[in-house]
Amino acid sequence: MAEVGQQHPIKVYFLVWLLLFVFSAASYMVDILEFQGHLRWLLIIIFMLLKAGFIVAVFMHMKWERPTLITAILVPPLVLIVLMYLLAYEADYAWASRIVYFGDEVAPIPAPPPTHAGVAH
Amino acid sequence: MAEAAQTDQGPLTTIVDDWSSDVTTFKAVPWGKAMMWIFLLSDTFIFTSFLVSYMAVRMTQTDAWPEPSAVFSLEAFGVPVPLLLIAIMTFILITSSGTMAMAVNMGYRKRKVAVFWLMLATALLGLSFVGMQAFEWTKLITGEGVKAWQNPMGAPQFGSFFFMITGFHGLHVSAGVAYLGIIAWRVLRGKYDNTNFEIVEITGLYWHFVDLVWVFIFAFFYLW
Repeated sequence: MAEVGQQHPIKVYFLVWLLLFVFSAASYMVDILEFQGHLRWLLIIIFMLLKAGFIVAVFMHMKWERPTLITAILVPPLVLIVLMYLLAYEADYAWASRIVYFGDEVAPIPAPPPTHAGVAH
Repeated sequence: MAEAAQTDQGPLTTIVDDWSSDVTTFKAVPWGKAMMWIFLLSDTFIFTSFLVSYMAVRMTQTDAWPEPSAVFSLEAFGVPVPLLLIAIMTFILITSSGTMAMAVNMGYRKRKVAVFWLMLATALLGLSFVGMQAFEWTKLITGEGVKAWQNPMGAPQFGSFFFMITGFHGLHVSAGVAYLGIIAWRVLRGKYDNTNFEIVEITGLYWHFVDLVWVFIFAFFYLW
């Protein structure tokens, strides 16, 4: 098994290296040119995923691995999307609650409900 | 080693065969490389948890969130350039990823001296990255008064998340510099002469992961 080395043409590495520079420059330009709104987020995410994909596929050799290793490493992080979705889904509610309870110009903080502490004993 | 050879069977059959083979699951993968991948998987969860909690706080806090491209702008030739230092840091990290990839390639060609110099170059680029990060932190803490618990430009959580996320990443870069230095020295000393130099690829996996994390930090913290 030890004789299974990974030898690839250097050309592929230089190409990916160049592409990473191009994508980084492009995502930097999104900021310089002050794209806003959905276009900005879309471009940032596209360039980010392209860069991440090339790094994992070529620099980290995932492209040449057996499907067993690829799935074992790349499938588990997908559950993190669920975490992200849950927190994003709740965000409006948490934000609104903070406005209601901690906001300055909105309603004063309601008095806490009476507790039994101090009454007993 | 008939089962290690890639046959015409589909990927799903390969996966089922590998997992049910009752021997090594990750065939043709040195154990050190498999372990590094599994470590990086766990690290992925840590960094994603940081970034997701940053997302949750940024979406729910009621104070204004500072404009990153203004906070991290630097003056060059009398003109403020947004994210100048961050852009330089990004390009340095990509360059170091390239030299690391070349080191791995040279490793499999058994060109020890080339591996040593390329890994050393990678480590030095990583070191300059950490140096720039130290400069960035200093500027932010002493110049702009951003602390982990307060921030004159708005939401105090900005400081907490900035220092936690970039600090954890910088810790990874620093550890990587030490790791690269040790492995490069050992390669030159001939410790791995009897192997296929997988160790260089394993070190490379770690280093590329550090670059990979920066891609996400750059997009979500600095550009968003």
